[in-house]
Amino acid sequence: MRRTFSRPVARALLGVATALSLCHAAHADVGQIKVATGQVFVDRKGQTLPGRVGLLLEADDVLRTGADGSVGITMRDNSLLSAGPNSILSLEHFEFDPTTSDGRFDARLRRGTLAVVSGRIAKKSPQAMTVRTPSTVLGVRGTEFVVSVDE
Amino acid sequence: MNSLARWTALLVLVAGCAGPKETIVLLPNPAGQETAVTVTQADRQVVLSQPYAAARVSRSGTEAFASSARQVQATYGQALAAQPLPPAQFTLFFVENKDELTEESKRIVDSVFAEIARRPVADVIVIGHTDTVGNDAANDALSRQRADVVRAAFAARGLAADKVVTIGRGKRELAVPTGDGVAEPRNRRVEILVR
Repeated sequence: MRRTFSRPVARALLGVATALSLCHAAHADVGQIKVATGQVFVDRKGQTLPGRVGLLLEADDVLRTGADGSVGITMRDNSLLSAGPNSILSLEHFEFDPTTSDGRFDARLRRGTLAVVSGRIAKKSPQAMTVRTPSTVLGVRGTEFVVSVDE
Repeated sequence: MNSLARWTALLVLVAGCAGPKETIVLLPNPAGQETAVTVTQADRQVVLSQPYAAARVSRSGTEAFASSARQVQATYGQALAAQPLPPAQFTLFFVENKDELTEESKRIVDSVFAEIARRPVADVIVIGHTDTVGNDAANDALSRQRADVVRAAFAARGLAADKVVTIGRGKRELAVPTGDGVAEPRNRRVEILVR
C-alpha cells in the first residue's frame, strides 16, 4: 500500500516543484539598482526593502526616494531610469524577450523627477513603452527625456 | 482687505487648486538619431521632437515651450546624476569552426574586465553568433558553445558565473549579411554587454 501511494505523491510533488520553477521563471527580475544615494526604498508586495545598489527589481516594484535620495536602474532591455529626490516611481509592467526584443514596459512617475533613456523594447516597437504621470501618458520613440511631477 | 490683496489671494487660491503640474523635456540624442516623445492628456496630444522641446501640463491643459540645458540641469540635475552608465559593448572573434578566440580578441577581454571593474555592480550578457556555414542546429549549438567558452574564460579570471547570462543566436543575426554556407570571419563572434 505504501508503495502505491508514494508514487502518485512523488509525482504530485514533482508537479508542484515544476510549477514552482515555472513560477520562478515568470517572476524573474526586470532590472537592477545600479546607483543609489541617500534614502531609497523599494515597496514590494506590502514590504519595504532598502533600495541598495545591486538589488534586483521585480515587476510591480515601487521605488521611493527621500529628500536627499536618488536612484538609477538598468532594466533588462537596457532602458535606464533614474529618479531624483522625493520621487515615487512604479515599474507597473515589464515583459521582454531577449531574443526578439519584443515586450512591453509601462512605468509611472507619481511624484518627483525622472530621467529616461529608452532601451530595446522601445527601439523594436514605439508603442511598447510608456511612462505615465498623474495626468498624461508619454509615448517613447527611441529617446532620452526628463519628466517632473510637482504636487 | 483692499482689492489688490483680494485678487492676489484669489490667484493664489486658483493656482493652488490647479492640481499637480507636470513638465516633460526631450533631451538631445547623443547618437544624433531622430527621437520624439508624445505627450497625451485626455484627447490632446503634443509631440516633442526637437532637443529641449518641452510641455507643461496642468489641469487647464498642455502648453508647449522651449526649455534649455540650464533649466534641465536646475530641475533634473540629481535625477540625471543618478543615471546608470550605459551598457558597454564588445565583440570577440573566433577561429573558423572552432570555439577558440582569435589572438586579437584575447586582448579585448582585458578591456571587458576594465569595464566590469568601473561599475559597482556589473552584470554581463554574452551572446554567441556563427557564420552561415552549416545548418541551424549545428550553428545554434556552436553559438552557445562560443558563449560558454567566453563565460568559462571570464570565470577563470574571477568573474562569478551568476553575473553572466549566455545566449546563443546561431546564424540569425549576421554582422555582415551573406548568403547561406558562406565562411565569414566577422560573423563568427561573441557580443558582450557589460551593464
